[in-house]
Amino acid sequence: MEPTGIQLFPVAASSIAGHVDALYAFLVAVSAFFSLIIAFLVILFAIKFRHRPGTPVVLHHDESHSAGGMILEIVWTAIPLGLSLIMFAWGASIFFTESRPPADSLEVYVTGKRWMWKIQHLEGAREINELHIPVDRDIRLTMTSEDVIHDFYVPAFRTKADVVPGRYVTEWFRPTKTGQYHIFCAEYCGTKHSGMIGTVYVMSPKDYNDWLSTGSGEGSMAEQGESLFNQLGCANCHPSVINKNNGRCPNLSGLFGTTVALKDGSNVRADESYIRESVLYPQAKIVAGYDDIMPTFKGLITEDGMLKLVEYVKSLGPKNGTESVATPGPVENSASPHPSTHDAQGTPAPRAVRAPGNQ
Amino acid sequence: MSWLLTEDHKRIALLYLIVVTIFFGIGGMFAVFIRLQLSEPTGAMFDSNTYNKMFTMHGIVMVFFFLLPSIPATLGNFLIPLMIGAKDLAFPRINLLSWYIYIVGGLFTFYVLLSGGVDTGWTFYTPFSSSYSNGYVIAAGLGIFINGFSGILTGLNFIVTIHRMRAPGMTWFRMPLFVWAHYATSMIMILGTPVIAVTLFLLVLERGLHIGFFDPAYGGDPVLFQHLFWFYSHPAVYIMILPSMGVVTEIISTFSSKKPFGYTFIAFSSVAIAVFGFLVWGHHLFVSSQSVYAGMVFSVLSYIVAIPSAIKVFNWTATMYKGQVRLTTPMLYGIGFIGLFTVGGLTGLFLACLGMDVHLTDTYFVIAHFHYVMVGGAIMGYLGGLHFWWPKMFGKMYPAGWSKVSAIIIFVGFNLTFFPQFLLGYMGMPRRYAAYPVEFQTLNVLSSAGASILGLGYLIPLVYFMWSLKYGPPAPANPWGASGLEWKTASPPPTQNFEITPVVTTDAYEYSTEEVVEVG
Repeated sequence: MEPTGIQLFPVAASSIAGHVDALYAFLVAVSAFFSLIIAFLVILFAIKFRHRPGTPVVLHHDESHSAGGMILEIVWTAIPLGLSLIMFAWGASIFFTESRPPADSLEVYVTGKRWMWKIQHLEGAREINELHIPVDRDIRLTMTSEDVIHDFYVPAFRTKADVVPGRYVTEWFRPTKTGQYHIFCAEYCGTKHSGMIGTVYVMSPKDYNDWLSTGSGEGSMAEQGESLFNQLGCANCHPSVINKNNGRCPNLSGLFGTTVALKDGSNVRADESYIRESVLYPQAKIVAGYDDIMPTFKGLITEDGMLKLVEYVKSLGPKNGTESVATPGPVENSASPHPSTHDAQGTPAPRAVRAPGNQ
Repeated sequence: MSWLLTEDHKRIALLYLIVVTIFFGIGGMFAVFIRLQLSEPTGAMFDSNTYNKMFTMHGIVMVFFFLLPSIPATLGNFLIPLMIGAKDLAFPRINLLSWYIYIVGGLFTFYVLLSGGVDTGWTFYTPFSSSYSNGYVIAAGLGIFINGFSGILTGLNFIVTIHRMRAPGMTWFRMPLFVWAHYATSMIMILGTPVIAVTLFLLVLERGLHIGFFDPAYGGDPVLFQHLFWFYSHPAVYIMILPSMGVVTEIISTFSSKKPFGYTFIAFSSVAIAVFGFLVWGHHLFVSSQSVYAGMVFSVLSYIVAIPSAIKVFNWTATMYKGQVRLTTPMLYGIGFIGLFTVGGLTGLFLACLGMDVHLTDTYFVIAHFHYVMVGGAIMGYLGGLHFWWPKMFGKMYPAGWSKVSAIIIFVGFNLTFFPQFLLGYMGMPRRYAAYPVEFQTLNVLSSAGASILGLGYLIPLVYFMWSLKYGPPAPANPWGASGLEWKTASPPPTQNFEITPVVTTDAYEYSTEEVVEVG
């Protein structure tokens, strides 16, 4: 797609890219300035003070301990230190932005596996080594790996994040230009590492909606998560609409995003990682008032399935309208009441607006 | 046979020199294969499995078996006792033991090479290395584990020697800065190396016995490995570069016939690098899911550790001011070092910068950066040091013309090879790719072309050094008009180093007022 030849900048296609390029230009300018000054002085001194056979050798005292020498040492310590701290602050501010996904980001789930990227959209669409997203929307990726560490890197967006097995990591960007861009796996992952590449399709909102409406026909991620929830027998114990509270297992309705009090007296925020850990390592954090009776589901569920379960628990919403949230009908109610609300702490409920996908 | 049982530090240094050169040849051969593969985008020359093993072996051999021992075990071993007026190192037998441990570690690596290699990358990241790699991870890990003890013993030997064996009058601040640099290096060796040894041992346990440390499938934490690995491997970068800085300080001073500007600043900047170098490992983990605040602490500390290096560069430059500069072969390497190390150091500032590193890490920008430091810095210093002390070590001169030409070829070839990789990195080409999208081809071809020039540059010294051993004119005791104690004894020095133990009455770098005679 790009012509061959020497290019100095990759396409800049995200809201952060311009900032990163500006910082890069600053770093290049500082580096070029100091490299050239050193090169100039070394060459100048080598010529100007070159040894001339026949001239007597003049011995110098160590001027560096004279007052002038000390001033020089202080100056060439202080100037690089000052410039360094500017670089640090500038880089840190960009990094802070990169590490904080905006509240109403469109969520996409990514599973890395040797050697492919598996993508799941909330509406249920799935794709491999391709990511279709709308332009000018904040996109938040929640990612994990089925095997080794991978890294989801889009040079055009100037951002990447390691995709670590056993935990959820997030990466966000806001594409600003429609087009097709490389996805590279940037963390070495074995034989076909260099084949673990894909394409981001940044589309106009209309094209994106058209693409979404082709759908997968399997229902939304939350719906698929719900059937998995029933299939694995979770619903037999965790109270839900069909199964009233029996006191043995915590209620999951309205759980997500809240703070949970644990048996050992500590608290934990009910985020994606907490849900995942509670399914795979139930004994790790016991909710206050409950016993350690849940068996582990490790080995019984794939990372893709786990993400669906997480999405289902998220769809049960934050803690206000408990009973009214989940409804038993699996298909008809997909787009029903999951507004983009905030919980008591002001934490945004990570619920994106749904496109009217399923028929 | 008397060589294999020798306890003479000078002979042990030459034993190291031979083996280090062999490993440099092996590592270099893999570099040639890598550049051949990358000269076209489809990766048709070697399949990706073979390619992965080649860059892994290139890294393991070059880092652990060439760069780490290169200057300390050869030049340091040979020169530290001479420079401080001692008869030998403090523990001559342990010195010989270090060499044998190095050989045993090397044999493990040879075994890995001959039996099919390993494909983890020299960084051995888990859980790939512990649970998924199909290479000889355990043998490779044990080879590095064993080799670590060689470095620990060498460091211990240097520290005790520098503390206890200095000639009468050789106070701490009369020592050559080469010795200061090795003192700082030795501190890192004995404090850091045990950590990599333990880390690789845990890796071997997890891979062999499935004891969970790093693989989440066994309840481990994969990022823990990275913390442990870089806790050693970042300071290890300073094991490679500090001795080279010591060499360059000697060279610049000698061929400017002038004391190094800011002796104490250079000495303490070595120590500062050794201390702060232990506090920056997290800058390798900015995108690893490490906490944002940890990232900020490691970023600012990484900038702090850059300052002592900057101080050294400015002091070297100031040393030439009003000197009597002679552009001999070692001086060409010294000046080349300043240029390449400056670029390598400054591009390190890009990678310490959080928002910048997110884009650049794991791309060719990192490859270019650390080759500027490791090859442009450490190897230029090593070759400069070899050219500087070759007459002392062997009592023979080498041809001045050829050696100057090859120094210039290496400088040009190096820049052609690695400068395009900065551009590739910013364009987004990830490292460790056996094949790549076609838009990266032009710069890759340029890099491969440069590598052929660089390779030629490295072969020429091999030829004339061998030639000089047999045909080179005999070297006088002090062919360069240098000032150190090592130049006050014969070339090569007698077994006891000095006929009578020298008594030091002046600071280092007191140059004679007599006219310097150009020999080399």
